[in-house]
Parts: sequence; C-alpha cells; structure tokens
Amino acid sequence: MSDSTTVANNALAEEHHEHPSYQRHHFETVDQQFDATNFAMWLFLLTEIMFFGGLFVAYMIMRNWYYPAFVEGSHQLSIFWGTANTAVLIISSFTMAMSVWSAEVRRKGLLLLFLCLTFLFGLVFLGIKGIEWHEKWEKFHVPGLRYSEQAFLNPASDPEVYKEYHDQPLSPDMAQKTQEYFFLYFAMTGMHALHMLIGVSILVFMIIRAKHGAYTSGHVTFVENFGLYWHFVDIIWIYLFALLYLISRH
Amino acid sequence: MSAATILSLPDQSTARIPKMNFITKENGLLSWLLTSDHKRIATLYLISITFFFFIGGALAGLIRLELLTPQSDLMAADTYNKVFSMHGLIMVFFFLVPSVPATIGNFLVPMMVGAKDLALPKINLLSWYLYVIAGIMMIYTMAVGGVDTGWTFTTPLSTHYLNTHVVSAALSVFVAGFSSILTGLNFIVTIHKMRCPGMTWFRLPLFLWSNYAAAILMVLGTPVLAITLTLVALERVFHIGVFDPAFGGDPLLFQHLFWFYSHPAVYIMILPGFGVISEVVSTFSRKRVFGYTAVAFSSVAIAVFAFFVWAHHMFIMGISNYAALVFSLLTMMVAVPSAIKIFNWSFTLYKGSVTFETPMLYSIGFMGLFTIGGMTGVFLGSTGTDIHLTETYFVVAHFHFVMVGGMLMAFLSGIHFWWPKWTGRMYPEKISQLAALITFIGFNLTFFPQFILGTLGMPRRYAAYPPEFQVLNVFSTAGATVLGVGYLLPILYLTWSLKYGAIAGDNPWQATGLEWQTQSPPLTENFAEIPIMDHEAYDYEWLEKQNRARQQQEEVV
Repeated sequence: MSDSTTVANNALAEEHHEHPSYQRHHFETVDQQFDATNFAMWLFLLTEIMFFGGLFVAYMIMRNWYYPAFVEGSHQLSIFWGTANTAVLIISSFTMAMSVWSAEVRRKGLLLLFLCLTFLFGLVFLGIKGIEWHEKWEKFHVPGLRYSEQAFLNPASDPEVYKEYHDQPLSPDMAQKTQEYFFLYFAMTGMHALHMLIGVSILVFMIIRAKHGAYTSGHVTFVENFGLYWHFVDIIWIYLFALLYLISRH
Repeated sequence: MSAATILSLPDQSTARIPKMNFITKENGLLSWLLTSDHKRIATLYLISITFFFFIGGALAGLIRLELLTPQSDLMAADTYNKVFSMHGLIMVFFFLVPSVPATIGNFLVPMMVGAKDLALPKINLLSWYLYVIAGIMMIYTMAVGGVDTGWTFTTPLSTHYLNTHVVSAALSVFVAGFSSILTGLNFIVTIHKMRCPGMTWFRLPLFLWSNYAAAILMVLGTPVLAITLTLVALERVFHIGVFDPAFGGDPLLFQHLFWFYSHPAVYIMILPGFGVISEVVSTFSRKRVFGYTAVAFSSVAIAVFAFFVWAHHMFIMGISNYAALVFSLLTMMVAVPSAIKIFNWSFTLYKGSVTFETPMLYSIGFMGLFTIGGMTGVFLGSTGTDIHLTETYFVVAHFHFVMVGGMLMAFLSGIHFWWPKWTGRMYPEKISQLAALITFIGFNLTFFPQFILGTLGMPRRYAAYPPEFQVLNVFSTAGATVLGVGYLLPILYLTWSLKYGAIAGDNPWQATGLEWQTQSPPLTENFAEIPIMDHEAYDYEWLEKQNRARQQQEEVV
C-alpha cells in the first residue's frame, strides 16, 4: 500500500518536472494555458469593440443629423497625413505579424528587430497624429478650448481647403454643429491614440523581455496576444480613417 | 428539520479543521494583498463589499430618517439629493454588481468546475485592486461634498446644471466597471477552458450557468457604460459634447447609451442570485432542480433579452410611440424566463424532503419577494401604467423588491450556505434563522408601503412630501430600523462563529457539488487531485452511494 503511494508520488513529481517553466501551476497542460489566455484576449477585444461602439453610434447619429457640418468638417482634415498614418499602421501590423512568426521559430535576433520596428512605427504614428492635432489647434478647430467657426461661415477665408472643395458657406446654426464633428474627431482619435500609447509602452516591456530570451523558448502566448491587440487597434484606425477622412471626398 | 441537521453534521468529537488550508497556508498581510488564490481574493472582496454595504446602508438610514416627517427638516433638500445619489451609486456599483459574482462566485467558480484556480489569477487580483481604487475615488467624492445627479448621471443635469463632483464620481464608476469586466472575462474563460474531465456543459451546477450569463452581460455591457461616462466627463471639462443640446448634442443619446448598460446591469445583479437559489433549493429539498435544462437556458435567455429592453426606462422621455411599443413587448418577454425559474424552483420543492435551515429560509423569502418585484416590473413595462407610476415611489419599491428583497436575500442565503465551506465552521443556526425572519419582516414593512405611496402619487427624490403620506412613511422608516437589525445580526454572529462556531466538516449539508467533495476550508489548490465528474449535477443517489462506500471502508478498517 505505502509502496504504491510512494511510486505514485514519484510519478507525480516526475510529471511535475516535465512541465516547462512557463506553465502556470493551475493549468493542466500548456495547450490549456494557451487556449485560455488566447480566448481571454479575444473576449477583451470584444469589450473594446463595445467600448468604441458607443463612439461609433454617436458618430452615426450626429452625422445623419448634421450632414453638411460633417462634410465640411471632414474637408478640414489632412488626407495626406491620414493616408501616411494608415500606411504606417498597416506596415506596423506586418512587422508585428513577423514578430509573432519570429517568436514561433525561436529566432531571437529577428524577433528583436521586428519588435523594435513595430515600436518605431507606433511612435511615428503618434508623431504624425501630434502634427495633425497641432494643425487643428493652429486653425482654431479644437472645440471647447480654441474654436472658431470662421472657416465654415466663410469657406473662402481658408484658401487651401477652399481651392480643393469649393465648400458653400454654412448657416450659422449648422456652422456651430461642426463643433460636434471635431469633438467626435478628438474623442475617437484620442481614444485610439491612447490605445496606441498603451501598445507602445507594452512594446518597450516586450523588447526588454525578448532580449532575455523570454519569448524564444517556445512560449509565444504573450507575443501572440499582444499581436491580436495591435491588429485590433490597427483595424479601429482603418474605420476611423474611412469615417473621418475619406467619407466626404468624392 | 433538526433531525436532518444532526444527521448531516459530523461527529464533533472527531471533526477537526484541517491544518493545511488556504487560510493557514501563508501568514501576514502581504500574503493576502499579493495573493493569486481565488479564495483569498474572494475573502478580500467580501470584506470590501461589506464595508461599502454599511456605508450605503447608513445613507439609506439617513434617507428614511429624513422621510419620517413631511418637512425637509433633518437636512436641506440639496443634501438629501446628495445622500440618495451616493446611496444609489455605492449600493449599485460597489455592492450589488460585485456582491455574488466577486465574492461567492470568485470562491466557487473554480471549485465547481473542478479547477485549481480561475484561468487568470493575476487579472483576478487586479480586478480587486481596481475595485479598491474605485472605492477610494468614491469615498473621496463623498468626502469633498458628494454628487447629486442620482446614480444615473442624467444629462444635461450632470453636465451643465450641477456644480458637484460629477467627474470624480463618473471616473470612479468607470474604474469599478473595469473591475467588473475583468471578473466577468475570467468567469467566461474559466467555465469554457478549465472544466475538469467529465464536466460537460450540462453537468455544470446551475450556479455556473447563471454566473456565466451574468459574465456575458458584464463583458458586453460595461464597456458601453465606460465610454458613456468618459463622454460625460469630457463634456463637463471642455463644455462641449455629444450630449449637449446647446451645440446640437442629444441628451436622449445619453439615455440610450447609459441604459444599454444599466438595464443589463440589473440582470448582472440578479442572475448570480438565481444561481445561489438553485443550489440552495436543490440541497434542502434533496432533489435535483426540476427542469435543469430549462433553468439553465432561462439564464441565457435573460442575458439575451437583457440587451433589448433598455428603452423601457425612457417611456416618458420622448422616444417614439412605436419604439415604446416594441420595447414594452420585449420587456414583458423577460418575465417568461424569470417565471420559468420561479416555477421550476417551486416544483423542486414539490415532494422533496424540505428542511428549513437558514439558507433555505432566505431562499424562500427570495422566491416570494422576487416574484412581487418581477410582477410589478410588468406593470412598469406597460407603457400606459408606466406613465402614471414612473418617478413615483412605486418604482422605488419595485426595484428594491428585486434588488434588496431578491439579490440581498440571495446573497445572504449564499453566504450562510457556503460559510462552513469558506471558514470550516458553522454559523449558529437558531439566531440566524431569527435574523432571516427579522430581515423578511423588516423588508416588507419598509418597502411594501412604498408601493401604496407610489400609486397614491408620492414622487421619488424629494426631501419633503404632503402630510397625508406620513403614516405610510412612518411604517417604512420603522421597517428600515427592523431591517437594519436584520443585517447587523449576521455580521455579529458570523464574526463570532469564526472562532466559536461548531466545526463543519467537509459536507455539512450533504450537497452534491464538487466544492463539497473537498475539505473545509479547502486547500489552496482546492482539490488534493483533479476530480473527475462521473455523475450529473444534483445527483443525490450518487452521493448516497459514495457515503455508503465510505462507511463500508471505515467498517473494514
């Protein structure tokens, strides 16, 4: 009786030894651990969709009500910087996907390279966003802090935009509604930029850990889940780009 | 009754609290504050929500004292506004929403699925810290002067007309919301991915089904509240926003977004309570829950319907009549799965060998009070009666019947039921039965008169009222005093039982759940070895066979 118990205990202990160091004690297998954390990440992204969903609903309603204000507000955005930022983000998504791949094939050098590139592109995106916001500040298009409806009451006063779109002057009532457009613009791109900032910070943490070989020993869950997050933030931007920049340009 | 109790309790001369358990494993404050053990986090949550319950309860006491007399004499009208707003905020976001899921649920979900812990233990700890941060922000809000928007943050009142601490209150709720999202996310992942061998979906205890349904609501609903409150805060700070009519914004949009979360939130609060009742009713009737599948799916059905009824909070706010009609119909449909539960619990009692220990007394109280609360919800869901009854004390009575008469009863039932598992000791039976009775009487005395007050036309949220309403208000305040005693008693005797309670043993109720097949209090890993589920949920014949086998083994030894 006692013998068999000892044998069983030894077997248990040996089994315990076989677990890779990254398996947390409350999971039975590595697969279960991966499945669980991956599923959790997808659920988290679902909550993010609902979070941004509130903003998209507000945008949809306001755009329907104040269509002319939203069209002319949209004309004020820089299509050049918007497109550049979209390209930057899509490339960063590619480098992120390559990071996941490098971690899977356990190539530390490549992983570090691609993580650093992703980090850099993230910073470039935030930099360009900063340039755009600064432009809005200069042109008095920051609702609540520094706002003027001049460009919408008298579009000709803003020759650059006027040259391209030949906007008609809005009624004073409708011109005031452009504030709603810019409020939503700042709320949506601001919330997105906040997510980028969080992503870039986590990237710093990941680069440090990757240097110590944390992700190239077969345990890629963290890199993969962060990849999901990064792609998600990318997709949100694609929607923002379409809804805020592109939609009113025919 | 007493026969069953004596039979189920282990022989006191031999029973011992196991030396090695989750409480004794490590000592010191840090071992608690940095723990990733779901049972310890559940204990932390239990202490924190009890703390907030007593703050919220004290505020409720102030409200009832003010309403003792028709004049606004105890406090000024704007102080009264702050008191009822803080009462609502604290009770909803700091007690009711986390009550069963974050305490009893946190304690039980891993054990019921036969796992060592929740899938994401560190996230679980993070959720408690977020709760604490949110709680500190709420206490700060109260300390610097409070907020008087009501717990609903109604715009443009909250954004333009009030000069109280709306931003810190909104941010506090925002943070508390994330704590609840993380708990919900953890439950869903655990129930999907951590079930032990043999634990199929239809062998899950019904407690898990209802917590699963509530978790879906937390995960899908709470982010919408978060963004809504962010927009309110932005609007207050920058004086521009999508809810501001001065700039073409729409206050009704706020109502849509807010109630899109806050109606499901009602089910976040009540669904885990349903789960407790299923466990307790089955155990004390010695019968499998009648219509297990129907009860399980009714939880899911409630979670689905919950997202399509929000506009019934807005019937008098100028939404279109057609929308009101559709939402009224959908609202009434929620009554169907709720009724399925009530009927099935009643059928579980039928021909069962029913005993009336304290958890059962609370559960029976729940069934009666929740039925009244739910039925009056149908009155309010009909557009015609709603226009007369909304914003009166009828609404106050309705949701207190559901929340206090329903959820709080279920919470107390669950705490008593799992107390022996949690602490290894029994609570004193006689005095706790008395407390259950006092709570029930006090509750009815407090809130039933409010139904009558509401139909007579007494509006809610006023510090003063016409003198002809005074008699019923005096009843209500008297009842609140009795209710207060009913809530104070458990605190006293449960604390007492930590040291002096009788040793409970592994399975004092002879219940079938996996949590009862391990020692009390459980090991940090819950089970000595991962259990294998080889029987259906609530299979009392299986339990008898187990007991017989154990007896035979002991006789042989």
